[in-house]
Amino acid sequence: MSGLWRVTWRNLFARKLRLILSATAIVLGVAFVSGSFIFTDAMGGAFNGIIQGSTADVEVAPKGATDFDSQQDFRTIPASVAEELEQVPEAGSVHPFNQVLTLYVIGKDGKVVGGNGPPGLGITDVETRSVTGNPIVEYVDGEHPMGVDEVALDVDTAEKAGYGIGDTVRFVAPGDQPELSAEVVGLVEFGDGSLAGATLALFDARSMQELFFDGRDAYSGISLNAAEGVSQTELRDAVAPLLQGDVKARTGDAVVEAGEEGLEEILGFLNTFLLVFAAVAMVVGTYLIINTFSILVAQRSRELALLRAMGASRRQVNRSVLAEAFVVGLIGATLGLAVGYLLALGLRALFGIFGLDLSDADFPIAARTIAVSYGVGVIVTMIAAYLPARRASRIPPVAAMRDEVALPETSLRRRLIVGVVMVVAGVGLMIGGFAGEGSTGLLLIGLGMLSILVGVSLMSPVIGRPLVEGLGAAYRRVFGMVGGLAGQNALRNPRRTAATASALMIGLTLVALMSILGQSASASTDEAVESTLTSQFIVSNVIGSPFSTTVAEQIREVDGIETVAQFRQAFPEVGGSVAAVGSADPEDLTAALDLPMAAGLLSQLKPGTVFVNQAAAEGQGYAIGDTVKMKLQGATVPLKVAGVFPAGAALPADYLVTHDTFRKGGLTPLDSLLFIVKEDSASTAQIRTAVDEITKDLPTVTLKDPSEFAEEQKEQIALFLNMIYALLGLAVVIAVLGIVNTLALSVIERTREIGLLRAVGLSRRQLRRMIRLESVIVAVLGAVLGVVMGVAFGIALQRAIADQGVEVLSIPWIQLAVFVVLAALVGVLAAVLPARRAARLDVLKAISTQ
Amino acid sequence: MESAVAARTVDLCKVYGQGDAAVAALDHVSVDFYTGEFTAVMGPSGSGKSTLMHCMAGLDSPTTGQVFLGDVELSALNDKDLTRLRRDRIGFVFQAYNLVPTLTAQENVELPLSIAGKKPDKSWFDKVINTVGLGPRLHHRPNELSGGQQQRVAAARALISRPDIVFADEPTGNLDSVASAEVLGLLRTNVDEYQQTIVMVTHDPVAAAYTDRVIFLADGKAVRELRKPTVELIIEELRVLTAEAVAGTAAEA
Repeated sequence: MSGLWRVTWRNLFARKLRLILSATAIVLGVAFVSGSFIFTDAMGGAFNGIIQGSTADVEVAPKGATDFDSQQDFRTIPASVAEELEQVPEAGSVHPFNQVLTLYVIGKDGKVVGGNGPPGLGITDVETRSVTGNPIVEYVDGEHPMGVDEVALDVDTAEKAGYGIGDTVRFVAPGDQPELSAEVVGLVEFGDGSLAGATLALFDARSMQELFFDGRDAYSGISLNAAEGVSQTELRDAVAPLLQGDVKARTGDAVVEAGEEGLEEILGFLNTFLLVFAAVAMVVGTYLIINTFSILVAQRSRELALLRAMGASRRQVNRSVLAEAFVVGLIGATLGLAVGYLLALGLRALFGIFGLDLSDADFPIAARTIAVSYGVGVIVTMIAAYLPARRASRIPPVAAMRDEVALPETSLRRRLIVGVVMVVAGVGLMIGGFAGEGSTGLLLIGLGMLSILVGVSLMSPVIGRPLVEGLGAAYRRVFGMVGGLAGQNALRNPRRTAATASALMIGLTLVALMSILGQSASASTDEAVESTLTSQFIVSNVIGSPFSTTVAEQIREVDGIETVAQFRQAFPEVGGSVAAVGSADPEDLTAALDLPMAAGLLSQLKPGTVFVNQAAAEGQGYAIGDTVKMKLQGATVPLKVAGVFPAGAALPADYLVTHDTFRKGGLTPLDSLLFIVKEDSASTAQIRTAVDEITKDLPTVTLKDPSEFAEEQKEQIALFLNMIYALLGLAVVIAVLGIVNTLALSVIERTREIGLLRAVGLSRRQLRRMIRLESVIVAVLGAVLGVVMGVAFGIALQRAIADQGVEVLSIPWIQLAVFVVLAALVGVLAAVLPARRAARLDVLKAISTQ
Repeated sequence: MESAVAARTVDLCKVYGQGDAAVAALDHVSVDFYTGEFTAVMGPSGSGKSTLMHCMAGLDSPTTGQVFLGDVELSALNDKDLTRLRRDRIGFVFQAYNLVPTLTAQENVELPLSIAGKKPDKSWFDKVINTVGLGPRLHHRPNELSGGQQQRVAAARALISRPDIVFADEPTGNLDSVASAEVLGLLRTNVDEYQQTIVMVTHDPVAAAYTDRVIFLADGKAVRELRKPTVELIIEELRVLTAEAVAGTAAEA
């Protein structure tokens, strides 16, 4: 071990506390990265299990009808086809089935099991074997259901709902009967593990058809298990000639592959979403590491100068600092990986709120996760330590002989210039991003914001000074000498104060930005509902899942109802990307909504035509008369653009078509929203009573007036916002650790001064207060800068997406003020440990410290 | 001019370490320091002079024995009371100036008062500043002052609260002879004009010659004292002390 290595090594262990503090930033950053991967891997594993566990050797179905990501499809295969397939010698067994995706179990408590999002599966009770070799479902208790009054549930659902064998279970159903009840006669387990929050209800074949398929003797799909020694391909080839029209046979492997591709896309999106937050955490962590190493190098400058005086080259000094960073990065990454695993479990709980149940899933630590964790941890640490290391190497050897060793620092002037350049470049990138499209545009906006934030943090020693001075002056007035000292301490090292505050700034910028966007979205919802809704009531479903059209029919029968406009939704590919498409009857919709058309007339919406949301029209460059291709699961339908409606209307849709188009695409008619218009003379209260009576047994379907409807949508916004806050929380935690770290290091650095103050009579309490007040300055500086930047970004982004439905700018000033106050409290908390440490210093030792 | 006792130690012992490694820094030291007197504590390195001062100033606690400041017994006080005692009744001058770098000279001088939340008495402040001779430099930060100036600021700080006693720990250790003379003259003036009690640890005979009385320590014991010292007398005493120490060592061997 060479001499310098030994110095490096000794340094690391002589300063265990500092090592731990600087490693913490890495630990948390890496934890976020590895946690994201572990979580998406777990999710992927769970869904892969579902896909494989529910796919037989060969699947026969109308094209697109039973895919993993398909919506409810009404197309069926005549029973005669199933009979023909029985005759195929290669088929070991043939299992025709019907399926519905929105059969929700109502628990004993009257609430829907599963909550938000996961499908409520209703499937024919069949004995199919999946490609994994296990039966798709296995009975663990009871018997097979016979008749419409009997059902088998999966054990998890039964447990969550509080039902056992012999109990009567109620459902919200998509068929003619919007509500069903049946006796639980059997309990099953999904053959390959967990259903990830989905619920499963099994009826016998005939009952499925009677309940959900108008009693037609026809099937959603047919699963085939191969005979002994027959391959998937052989079976498919044997079956294919017997099929007609768009009914196709696919091998199980092909179905699994297609399903996994769809899954990959969703998981990729989720992973990217999470990694964005991981990146934010890493950027904040980088500040912490740069700051820590800067302080460490400054404190060791005499020692480093001594090394130089004894003949160590600049490169050796540089390398010894980087080597220290390498070790810190390595340790940080190792711990980060472990914490990441815990974080993945935390994400499981977070996503559990949205109905994703991964309690049975494996949480694997893949080789890729390990590689990325170490790569990110070590590389980020070394990059962050590079600048301090370079400065360390520039210490002149003669400094070892001097009393006061000052590190060469870049002039504030130069920082200011670089900062301005970065801000200008960032603004340019953001403008480019707003003009650009899709993910490239988003990436540019993100990079632009990052560049601006880094630029501002470079400038912050200068632009933050008035604030720090102002707080210092206020302190002096309120807290006397102790306050004055705290203010001076925050000022004595403007770069350090600013860098520490900058970490918090980044976190708070994003928090403030999200709160502004959230508030603006909420205000825009209010605005849209108020300005466009002419209907007096809306029937909707909190979780957005569709419900039986029977509800609309029953409501039409109520006295005093003039119009019930049914609105349906699908998410097909349009022009290459997934879009929200709504369908409605134009006449009904005209009565229910006052839709100010940007082009065309609402009455011109006819079969074969489409209305385009203004944002989508501009984004894709559609004009009246153009043809749009809509790739619905059953068929790709060409549609002529007949009108453009403004974004931000009360319609959650990028495109609007007639019901006819969805039917052509194979989608089962299911309503997502009902807009109800009453006769002028009718009593609101009576109508409410009557409609409530209709929906009383359907917990997922409720009647609301426009303001309640807006409220419901705003709750969704708030829920999403809270999730973002939770994810951003980690970046804020890292920033707070940064404050703790800087304060702790400053306390060590000022040991002698603290000793002196204590010697001349500063009490421990006063000393703690002094450090606390300094901490509050740093935190408030970061919060104020962050809130200001957040407001700037918020206004810019709101302007940019104004044509996408967020038309109203609403800035939650009170909330922003609360953020600053919270930051001040966080400052108090951050100071607890450093202050305690300072107060415990032995006065005598402190004074004699060099 | 013997007068009231400002501070005294009774059988003061301070042992560092334990068992075989135990070293007695102070070995049953009983000395009195008189009000309005300028006393020097001298002795070879390791004789315990700094430890004695630290114990007397409430910065270090005795192993056995007692320390009195006026009537107050220091070992009976908790940290809070000790802090208050240091703040209100003791002044310090350290070898390494120990000024707060973020405060101006004036603020440094006022520090003990402002910590206590008191305002300096204007006429006293002016007097102190005058004797210290800092007038034009009052608003400079420590790093803009020379070593001598910094030490004068430190001295002014020690005097501003009119403490019962000022402890000066090698106050001229880092200064050249001119600056030393200024600082020592300043301390002497305060004793003569304002009856300030000062105890100074030093190993410089020239510095000690400014005092009224020199107490010599050796091996943790107070071995001798000298009134109205001159440089020559002090050097002679130190020579004898060193010779005894050498003889002692030789005898032991």
